[in-house]
Amino acid sequence: MQSLTRNLASKIALLPMIIISLTVFVGCIIYSFVYSLTGSKLIPALNYVGFKQYEMLFKSRKWDVAVENIFIYGFVFTIGCLVIGFLLAVLIDQKIRGESLFRTIFLYPYAMSFVVTGLVWKWVLNPTFGFEHSMHLWGFEWFKLDWLVNRELAIYAVCIAAVWQGAGFVMVLMLAGLRGIDDDIWKSLSIEGVPKWKSYLFVILPMIRPMVVTSIVLIAAGVVKVYDLILALTSGGPGFATTTPAMYVMENFFSRANLGQAFAASIIMFISVVCILAPWAYYEFYFRNKEAKA
Amino acid sequence: MKNSVEVKKLSFNYGKLEILKNLDLNIQDGEFMVLLGPSGCGKTTLLNCIAGLLDLNEGQIWIENDNVTWKEPKDRHIGMVFQSYALYPSMTVEKNLSFGLRMMNVNKGIIQEKIKKASELLQIGDLLHRKPSQLSGGQRQRVAIGRALVRDAKVFLFDEPLSNLDAKLRAELRYEIKKLHRDLGNTMIYVTHDQIEAMTLADRIAVMKNGVIQQLDSPKQIYNKPANLFVADFIGSPGMNFFNGKYNKEENSFSFNNSNISLENYEFENQPEDTSSIVLGIRPEDILLNKSANSTEFKIELIEPMGADTLIWLSFENVPFSVRLEGSSNYKLGDLIHLEFNIKRASLFDKKSEKRI
Amino acid sequence: MSLSSLSIEPSGSKPKHLTIGRIGLYCFILICALFFLMPLYVMIVTSLKDMDEIRSGNLLYIPKTLSFYAWPKAWSEACTGFVCEGLKPGLINSIKITVPSVIVSVSLGALNGYALAFWRFKGAYLFFGLCLFGAFIPYQVMVYPLLKIESAIGIYSSLPGIILVHTIFGMPILTLIFRNFYASLPIDLFKAARIDGGNFLKIFFYVIIPMSTPITIVAVILQVTGIWNDFLLGLVFAGRDNQPMTVQLNNIVQVDFGVAEYNVDMAATILTSMIPLAVYFISGRWFVRGIAAGAIKG
Repeated sequence: MQSLTRNLASKIALLPMIIISLTVFVGCIIYSFVYSLTGSKLIPALNYVGFKQYEMLFKSRKWDVAVENIFIYGFVFTIGCLVIGFLLAVLIDQKIRGESLFRTIFLYPYAMSFVVTGLVWKWVLNPTFGFEHSMHLWGFEWFKLDWLVNRELAIYAVCIAAVWQGAGFVMVLMLAGLRGIDDDIWKSLSIEGVPKWKSYLFVILPMIRPMVVTSIVLIAAGVVKVYDLILALTSGGPGFATTTPAMYVMENFFSRANLGQAFAASIIMFISVVCILAPWAYYEFYFRNKEAKA
Repeated sequence: MKNSVEVKKLSFNYGKLEILKNLDLNIQDGEFMVLLGPSGCGKTTLLNCIAGLLDLNEGQIWIENDNVTWKEPKDRHIGMVFQSYALYPSMTVEKNLSFGLRMMNVNKGIIQEKIKKASELLQIGDLLHRKPSQLSGGQRQRVAIGRALVRDAKVFLFDEPLSNLDAKLRAELRYEIKKLHRDLGNTMIYVTHDQIEAMTLADRIAVMKNGVIQQLDSPKQIYNKPANLFVADFIGSPGMNFFNGKYNKEENSFSFNNSNISLENYEFENQPEDTSSIVLGIRPEDILLNKSANSTEFKIELIEPMGADTLIWLSFENVPFSVRLEGSSNYKLGDLIHLEFNIKRASLFDKKSEKRI
Repeated sequence: MSLSSLSIEPSGSKPKHLTIGRIGLYCFILICALFFLMPLYVMIVTSLKDMDEIRSGNLLYIPKTLSFYAWPKAWSEACTGFVCEGLKPGLINSIKITVPSVIVSVSLGALNGYALAFWRFKGAYLFFGLCLFGAFIPYQVMVYPLLKIESAIGIYSSLPGIILVHTIFGMPILTLIFRNFYASLPIDLFKAARIDGGNFLKIFFYVIIPMSTPITIVAVILQVTGIWNDFLLGLVFAGRDNQPMTVQLNNIVQVDFGVAEYNVDMAATILTSMIPLAVYFISGRWFVRGIAAGAIKG
C-alpha cells in the first residue's frame, strides 16, 4: 500500500499519459489486429475469417502498387533529402556571405503543410500551363515535363515535392552536427594538408554519424505516413499509379467500407514502422549505453 | 645559434580589437619556448599565426629560414598538438597517425616505418588498433603527439596540451614531453597558462599580457628577477608579497608607513629618485626566521600546512603577507616570531611604470 | 606598412583572391536557392494574374497587369463542395482548433516532463517508452479505433474531439522535450526546493514553470505549426462544421466541377500557409530549435 502512495502526486499527474499509452497506443493496435482477422465491411463485426484479409491484401494489385510506390518514394526521398540536406549544410558551413538568408530560403518549405506543398507543385508541374509551358514559350519545344499524367513518372513528381519540403530540415540537423565539430579537428586537418572534400567525406561525415542516423530514422518514419502530400498532388493518380499504403488504408476505411481489409493493411504498416524503429532504438538505447559503460 | 622560428613585427586584429601588437619573437633551433599568460593574452593567437591557422594583419613569419607568411599550414614543416587532442574519432590509432600521410599519397612502406618509429618512441605500440574513445586522456595525448612525429615536423606546436588532464597525469606527461624534447632536439613552442608547466619545460619563457610580451627570459631569471609587477605577480605560487612605500635616498631605504627597511643589499638597475613611490616585492621563501637585532617581531594570524612547506600569514603595518617555512615547523596561531627580509633576493618596482628598478 | 606590403617578400595579411572553387560554390548555392524559391514565387505571381494571362502567358513571368480578383474570392467566395464561403470559415476553425489544442497539449507535456524528470516512480519510463513509440506509429493505423473511442464518449466530429486527438498525438514528443529540458536543470535546485518544504505542485508552479520559458516557446512553435498544417486528423475528427483550413483548401482546389481558377487556388494556398510562414519568419532561430527538438532526442 505504501508503495502505491509513494510519489502519489506524480502518479496522478502522469495518469493521462498512462491511460493514453495503454488505451490509444496499445489498445488501438490490439483492436486493429483483432478486427483485421474479421470480415468487417461497413461496421466492425466479429465474424472471424482468420488471415483471409491479409491473403486478399497481398493478392490485391492496388496494394502491390502501393507497396512498390512506398519503396520508390522511400528510397528516392530519403536519399534525396540526405544528399541535398548534407550538401546544403556543407555549403552553408563554408563561411559564405548571407548565410542566414540562404538558411531561411532552404528551410521555409518545411513550414508549409503537405497539402500546400502538393498543390503548389501540382501547379508548377501542370502540363498545360506549368513549367513545361514556360519552356515551350522560351523556344524549347522538345521539353517535356508530363510527370503528373505519366503513370511511370508520377511517383517521382511526389518525390521532388517531398524533397523540396524536407531537405531544409535535414540541412538544419546536419548543420547542427557540423557546427558541433571541434575547431581543433579542422585545424589539425589543415596542418596535415587534407583537402576539404576529403576531410568532409572521411573525417567529418563519420563524426556526425549520429545526426545522419537520426535523420534517416525520422525521414523513414515519415515515409510510411505519406498521405496528404499525394492526395493534394495526384490524388493517387493517374489511375492508382501513385497510391500508397496509407491511402489504401484510408480508402478502405472511409470510402470503400471495407474495414477488415483496412485493418489488415494498417497492421502491415504498423509492423513496417516497428521494423524501421527497432534496430535504431536498440542502437540508441541499448548499444550506446553499453558502449558508454565500457 | 641559428633561429628556427622568427616572428617579425606581427600584428593581429580581430575586427577592431587588437590582439597582438607589433610583436617580435625569435626562437632558436632546438629551443623549448613556452608562451605563458592569463587567458586572453594572445598566446594562442600567436601560436595559430605561426601555424598559419590565422591570417595575420601585418608582419612576417619565418620558419627554418623560409618566409612562410603566406604559406598554407601544411607547407610550414610544423606539427601541432591540441588541448582537445583533435583525434579523428572514427579511425583507429594507426589510421589517425597515417591519415595525413595517406592523403598525400606517401608510400605505404614508408608510412609503416614512420608509425613504427613513432609508436615505439611514445610507447603506444599496443594501442594501434584501438579507437580514440577506448583510450585514456594520457594515451590520447600521446597519439596526438605521434601524429606530429610522423609528419617529420621541424617545429612542434603545443596548444595547452595538458589542460584537460588531471594533476597526476599532467605531471607524468610533462616529464614525457621534456624527455621527448631531449631525445628529438626539435624546436618546440608550447602555450600554457600553467606556470609550473612553463617553469619545468621551458628553455625560455615569454610571459604575455594584452598581446605584448612582458618578459622573455629563462625560467630562473623570470622567477628571480621579474621585469615588472605583472610578471612578479603572475609567477610563483604562493604569490609574491607586495608592499607599497617610498624610497628614501638619504638612508637608501624603503620607508613603509612608520617602518624603514634598508636597501643596502639590493642591486638597483637604476637608482630611483628621492621620495618616489616604489613597490617592494618579496617571495614568501625570502623572508627568513632570524632572532638577531635588526629583525622584527610578528604575530602568526593563519597557518596553511602544505606538506613539504608550511605557509604562515602575518601582517606588517596592517598589510598581510605570507612566509614559507619548513613543513616540520611547529608554530601555533598567535605565536610571535622574528623575521628578516632578505633584500638581496627581493624585487623593487616603480609604482607608476610598474617596471623593475 | 604600405611599403613593406609592396616588397617582394610575403608579409602582412594574405592577399585574398576569389578562387574558382569559391565562385563555383556561390553559383551552386544560388541555383539551389532559386530552386527552393521558385514555388513560392510562382504561387505569388499566379495569384496576381487573371485567368487569360495564366492561360496564355509564362508561368515564371511577373503579371503584366496586376489583378486582385483572386484574393477576395479565395478569402470569402470560393466554393468547397456546395458551400461558397471561401477560406474564411476555415481560418476561424483552424484558430478554434489550434489555440486550445496547443494550450492543453503543452501544459500536459510540461507536467508530464516534470513528473518524469523529478518524481520518478517504478514503471513510469515503461509508459513513457510506449508513448514515445506511439509517436512514430502512422496516424492511419490509429484513426479508426480512435474514432470508435470518441464516438463512444460522444465527442466524435466535434471541436473537443479534434482537440483531444491533437493532445494525444502531441503529448509524446512534448513530454520528451520537456523532460529533457528539466533533466538538464541542476538537480540541486530541486533538492533545495524539497528541503524548503515544496510539494509536487508547489515546486512545479513556483520553481519549475518560471524557468521554463525557452522550452515553452519551442514547444508552442512546434505545436502551432504542426496542428495548423495537419490535414488527416482535421479531415477525420473535426466534423463538417469545424473543418480546418488545410481541409477546406484541398476542397477548394480539388473541385470536380466548373472551371479551375488557378489564381484563386494559389491565393488560397498562400492564405493557408500564412500563419506557419509568419511563425517561421518571425521566430526563425526558435523555429529551428523547435523542429529540431521535436525531431531529435536530447
